[in-house]
Amino acid sequence: MIDVDPSLVNWSRAQFAFTAMYHWIFVPLTLGLSFLCAFYETIYLKTGNEEWRKITRFWMTLFGINFAIGVATGIILEFEFGTNWSNYSWMVGDIFGAPLAIEGIFAFFLEASFFAVMFFGWNRVSKGFHCFSTWMVAIGSNLSAVWILVANGWMQNPVGMAFNPDTARFEMENFAEVVFNPVAVSKFTHTSSSGFVMASAFVLTISCWYLIKGRHVEMAKKSIVVASVFGLVASIFVGFTGDESAYEVAQKQPMKLAAMEGLYKGERGAGIVAMGILNSAKEPGDVQDAFLVQVKVPELLSLLANREPGSFVPGIDDLVYGNKEENVMGVNTMMEKGKLALTDLAAFKEARKNKTDQVAEAALERFNVNKEFMGYGYLKTPEEAVPPVNIVFNSFRLMAIIGSLFPVIFGAFLFYTMKGTITEKRWLLPVGLFTGLLGLLAQQAGWVTAEVGRQPWAIQGLMPVKIATTNLSTTAVQITFAMFAVVFTMLLIAEISIMLKQIAAGPEGH
Amino acid sequence: MTKVASRVFNFYRDGFRQMTVGRTLWKIIIIKLFVMFAVLKLFFFPNYLNTNFKTDEERAGYVLEQLTRQPVQNIK
Repeated sequence: MIDVDPSLVNWSRAQFAFTAMYHWIFVPLTLGLSFLCAFYETIYLKTGNEEWRKITRFWMTLFGINFAIGVATGIILEFEFGTNWSNYSWMVGDIFGAPLAIEGIFAFFLEASFFAVMFFGWNRVSKGFHCFSTWMVAIGSNLSAVWILVANGWMQNPVGMAFNPDTARFEMENFAEVVFNPVAVSKFTHTSSSGFVMASAFVLTISCWYLIKGRHVEMAKKSIVVASVFGLVASIFVGFTGDESAYEVAQKQPMKLAAMEGLYKGERGAGIVAMGILNSAKEPGDVQDAFLVQVKVPELLSLLANREPGSFVPGIDDLVYGNKEENVMGVNTMMEKGKLALTDLAAFKEARKNKTDQVAEAALERFNVNKEFMGYGYLKTPEEAVPPVNIVFNSFRLMAIIGSLFPVIFGAFLFYTMKGTITEKRWLLPVGLFTGLLGLLAQQAGWVTAEVGRQPWAIQGLMPVKIATTNLSTTAVQITFAMFAVVFTMLLIAEISIMLKQIAAGPEGH
Repeated sequence: MTKVASRVFNFYRDGFRQMTVGRTLWKIIIIKLFVMFAVLKLFFFPNYLNTNFKTDEERAGYVLEQLTRQPVQNIK
């Protein structure tokens, strides 16, 4: 039996989460700020007003700093795949190879080639071509994100593939199905639009600082107008994409949805918990109340989860132990099927080794009957299929509450800036000052919801995290965790200090 | 052709020469890439399967072994 040390799994998991969260500080800003630079430069191109050129160059410099510090932080994740998650890497290599290769090509040709024109090309290429290059960098950055999210979407909803028991790999059967996986599509639209919100919030923060200090007032006001329009439209769009994303979660990962809502007993006409404090002593299957306090909007969860009022939304208990009345298969049943699948896979492997083809074929036939439950065979108890409910519930609420504030904040800034009274609204400017931080919190909380919510799965239903990990020594993982903490923190300090210096210097200092 | 290549070369050369903040950023990028590839990747993050097995067949065999060991023990 594989004796996977739980502390190894947790350290490997913590290391991956840590590097991904650091990486995700830089990425959303790149996605959104690139488009804001393109908007500012387009206005400059149309109006010929030098003030807009100054604005464009200022934000472009901050974009460059963020890009330079953030670039290649994602490569660390790929190192970790090969070292800490070797079983997983081997199995998904065929699926991830194509999207990641396309990502590399896009990143290289679109970003790298036009990036040079964007920064070196002022006064050396035509204004039109320069502006075109800025747009290409923005589009290229966002297209790169498509392929990464296609890979992530596949882990949450594995489609368009077949498991090859000879090579122990998932092999791609339908590229279009992988790319247009509804989970990947909703993930991309939600993630990129939230990046636009993050960048708009960042512009608001710095512009408000200038307004409070009474410096570069005209530049700050102009920057706010464009960022507020972009932020307002993007934050409303984020609401719609979030709804679509939650719908996909409800259909493909009902356990994650149940954890997001702290829903233990499924019900028809289920409501959404607007605010609540979870009972931390609550365990699946017991009779305790799930909440100490809650404010619920009746019927709304059924409508959002199934697009049908009054429909049944399964809770954690239904999913773990099954609910025959509502036709929900429990994890306990899936575990039995999963164990059969794995026994048949083991029999297939032995028969292949002994070159007894007929036995192998029979084992494969039996394996195919239960292969979709393969991952459940590794669980020791049905309760192991439940993610940490407290973390998922609270991070989801943090993201949603902050997200719902953004349209109001951007709307207020747009209104008062257009009215010409923004500098008089001393109560609003400090709000703007903290908008960037709120954006960052919402970004991180969103990923925590998505990734902690899908635990224990590395690949939904097929491979739990504990099987995906490499059997290394825990100490080795702890050492590299500490090294990353040092390297990434130094990078973050470098980014913040260079950026602060540049912000202090203002638009003349680029 | 040579003229185009020379213009492209001059474009990059002048661009690098005129950098201000960019100089610091490039230094950070180079140090970062060095630490990532020459230290972390080389000494701390070897590709487990590539390092321990020579052929894809061996790697597949190892992963399949990992996948099938546990459940057999688990079945009651």
